[in-house]
Amino acid sequence: MQRIGVFVCHCGTNIAATVDVKAVAEALSHEPGVVISQDYQYMCSESGQNLVKDAIKEHNLTGVVVCSCSPRMHENTFRKAAASVGLNPYLVEIANIREQCSWIHKEIATATDKAIILGKAAVAKVHLNAPLTAGESPVVKRALVIGGGIAGIQTALDIAEAGFDVDIVEKKPTIGGKMAQIDKTFPTLDCAACILTPKMVEASQNEHITIHSFSEVADVKGFVGNFTVTIKKKARYVDEVKCTGCGACVEKCPMKKVPNEFNEGLDNRHAIYIPFAQAVPKVATIDPNYCMMLKNGKCGVCSKVCAAGAIDYKQQDKFIEQKYGAIIVATGFNPINLDKYDEFAYSQCPDVVTSLELERLMNAAGPNGGTLLRPSDKTHPHTIVFVQCVGSRCDDEKGKPYCSKICCMYTAKHAMLIREKYPDTEVYVFYIDVRTPGKNFDEFYRRAVEQYNVHYIKGMVGKVTPKSDGKIDVQASDLLANEQLHINADMVVLAAAIEPDKTARPLATMLTTQMDTNDFFTEAHPKLRPVESATAGIFLSGACQGPKDIPETVAQASAAAAKAIGLLVKNSITCNPCVAHSDELLCNGCSSCEKVCPYGAITYQDKEFRMPDRTTAIRRVASVNPAVCQGCGACTVACPSGAMDLNGFSNSQIMAEVDAICK
Amino acid sequence: MQETMIKRAKELLADGTVSRVIGWKKGEFGYDSTPAVFETAEELDRDFVFDDFTASNVSKYLVKESRKDGKILAFLKPCDTYSFNQLIKEHRVIRENVYIIGIPGGPKLDVEKIKAKGITGILNKKNENYTLKIETLYGTETMMFYEAICGKCQDCKSKKHVIYDELIGEDGDVLDSSRFDMVEKLENMTAQERFDFWREQLSKCIRCNACRNVCPACTCEKCVFDNPKSGIENKAPSDSFEENMFHIIRAFHVAGRCTDCGECSRVCPQNIPLHLLNRKFIKDINELYGEYQAGADLTSKSPLTDYDTNDCEPSIVHERGVE
Repeated sequence: MQRIGVFVCHCGTNIAATVDVKAVAEALSHEPGVVISQDYQYMCSESGQNLVKDAIKEHNLTGVVVCSCSPRMHENTFRKAAASVGLNPYLVEIANIREQCSWIHKEIATATDKAIILGKAAVAKVHLNAPLTAGESPVVKRALVIGGGIAGIQTALDIAEAGFDVDIVEKKPTIGGKMAQIDKTFPTLDCAACILTPKMVEASQNEHITIHSFSEVADVKGFVGNFTVTIKKKARYVDEVKCTGCGACVEKCPMKKVPNEFNEGLDNRHAIYIPFAQAVPKVATIDPNYCMMLKNGKCGVCSKVCAAGAIDYKQQDKFIEQKYGAIIVATGFNPINLDKYDEFAYSQCPDVVTSLELERLMNAAGPNGGTLLRPSDKTHPHTIVFVQCVGSRCDDEKGKPYCSKICCMYTAKHAMLIREKYPDTEVYVFYIDVRTPGKNFDEFYRRAVEQYNVHYIKGMVGKVTPKSDGKIDVQASDLLANEQLHINADMVVLAAAIEPDKTARPLATMLTTQMDTNDFFTEAHPKLRPVESATAGIFLSGACQGPKDIPETVAQASAAAAKAIGLLVKNSITCNPCVAHSDELLCNGCSSCEKVCPYGAITYQDKEFRMPDRTTAIRRVASVNPAVCQGCGACTVACPSGAMDLNGFSNSQIMAEVDAICK
Repeated sequence: MQETMIKRAKELLADGTVSRVIGWKKGEFGYDSTPAVFETAEELDRDFVFDDFTASNVSKYLVKESRKDGKILAFLKPCDTYSFNQLIKEHRVIRENVYIIGIPGGPKLDVEKIKAKGITGILNKKNENYTLKIETLYGTETMMFYEAICGKCQDCKSKKHVIYDELIGEDGDVLDSSRFDMVEKLENMTAQERFDFWREQLSKCIRCNACRNVCPACTCEKCVFDNPKSGIENKAPSDSFEENMFHIIRAFHVAGRCTDCGECSRVCPQNIPLHLLNRKFIKDINELYGEYQAGADLTSKSPLTDYDTNDCEPSIVHERGVE
């Protein structure tokens, strides 16, 4: 005979304001098997937990239902409480009457009805709960960092510092990411390369760090502590080991008209290239879209001049498989494409540039060697207009609803640098608001206005029109003076919104992690678990989680590393005992379950069975490796004969819940 | 054709390649042949038949037969080879124990369509210039051949044998069939019209289980409808919606695995167009995940038990469901 205790939490007013908790406790007290039904203000508090513990002891309970918040919050709390007084923790069920009830309903009557139904379903389920025992699984002491920008580099360095091996997978030929393209950094105006490149070198020289550049994650299997990742090392047609990075091949390559990604397409590179002088690894890469040898077999100059014999035109993509205990996502961001913004004439006029392009134009390693010149006629610009929030804080489909966060600060930086270097240049900044929270940020912005006399104008630019004399007409409104302006500009710089890298979404699918509607990775808790994803063992570093500047990115990268180290130092982790198992008498051996299992937990054996006619038959049947199974339940729904079932979420338990809800 | 098949079967029995033969056996009348296993040349001579009425798919019998001692010769029509392939993929038949001879497919005839013309006492029939000459107890009757073609052959998807050890006759091609036309018609109905259509059809069901028993995709050791633990086990309809659930559940169970062999509708004594349920799934799979033919080969993965990052998002179900 079941003896079930029901405990209804008020959660202060979170639940009690919308759900009549006393009525819920009263209604559930009449459910079959329920011997005690109570409500309490904070069930998760010490005294609330004691209430549950005392009831278990006093009434010798065989099952507990807590009607409270999401099981993600406090399931563990109540399981531990039950275990501490000798009740198997898996005999505790949570009915979520907060997130799925009180928070989303307004009417007390309907919310109370729903809470009662949710409670009834949990009671029906707990009737069928079986005691379960958790096993343990080992942790692979190696981490994978996906993305080799400043976030990925910092995370890898911190993990390596703790003594664990860590691999960086970077899709570009070099690590460094966006920071490598930036000229100076706010608010201190130190040069980005000066502070980034030592870290790149440190990463490449650290004995614990392996860099897979020009590589992508092709497949992820497994689970926390034990991921198996397939890394695709794309063919760069150069032997990474042999190449010394001397650059002789680059110099001699006759194909010189390839848009240079590192300089945002503002100048050209060769078909064989080293992205920039401090690239790590400093290894050449052949671009197969432009290499004449790879396209039509005519050339081969690089191979001839390479003293190391590193050129290999027959190189193929290579796949390597590696096991990891933790994965850190650091896929970063890109500025959005501005082709749709006709009003700013970005596609029509070469002198309308993005802020990242301006970084390159001002950089000593950029197309003009650091002298700011107009891309169209290489003349010095005397009037520059900055447009803020291009695609940020935008309601329509063209842009992004969020604030890109970094633009106010880097624009202040750009304006200041230009005024410092070229005092004869007038700089206008059109803004919606200037947002400068952060240490020394507002002071920095005020310096731009007060010390450098940058013209900050509240208002948006309506239209940018290139004129026949090479000038650009910028039509804008000054909201404070309430007047329309026309500025005769030489250059216009657009602060394009930033968005997550396009590779993030397919990666999220592979990692089974969540994303928000803007394709930023979702953290496990926005306040309390900001660097963990909701998927155990997957951590988030940098702008893949949301727009961030460099200081914030580095802070989060180190935080993600700390979380990963916390996992890697463990020798084993407690497994979830809610795993699948197959009823061999029902199993057809059809392999449906094996095909859908994301963890490779299912294998097949030929077993001898006694048939109804007393003969024996050998049948192929599935068996589940409980140490590998993560209890996702995919196999239970794929199984045509219902042979697969899941501990803690059995087909009969789920049907019992559905029946209780429909009753 | 029948003689060639018997001759070859006898040879293979005689040289020990196979110990049994699965084909079709004459029934009481000229049109009620049934699948049967033959072990001797005498049995073959006496009972083996292959004619316009041998429409049944013998692949499913090989689940049991291929597990017995010795090798069995199976005569498979093109559509039957798809079923057999699918069974290999699901590890339900043991390929090594089956010697497959691919034989030409239909069009096969449906005796019910002949009877529906009011022709009874059928003794024999002859096909002359697209006209059927039917000898009956009451004299000779004629009807157009195409009017008697059985449903599954009308929408034939392929004349190609996707697996065989040898062929008798020539291999054909995958056909450009119009098999989804009726599904499209149903899709274009309003939800209420569609519901009414299926209620009318499915309420004819007498739960004889013939569709399940003949289906080459239904080979579970224990069917969920026979398993008291499944919660849906029920021999007889207990309420008026029971049979609807039976067919809907069955269609879901074979989704992505059904080769569209058409046996379910062929054997239905109530003439319910059950194959349309399966075809709807096939059409949806084709549209959502790209063309996929279950059983066409041994290596492809069924889209429903496979995924790649380009798969449509689950929200498509909602989008398509909106009227």
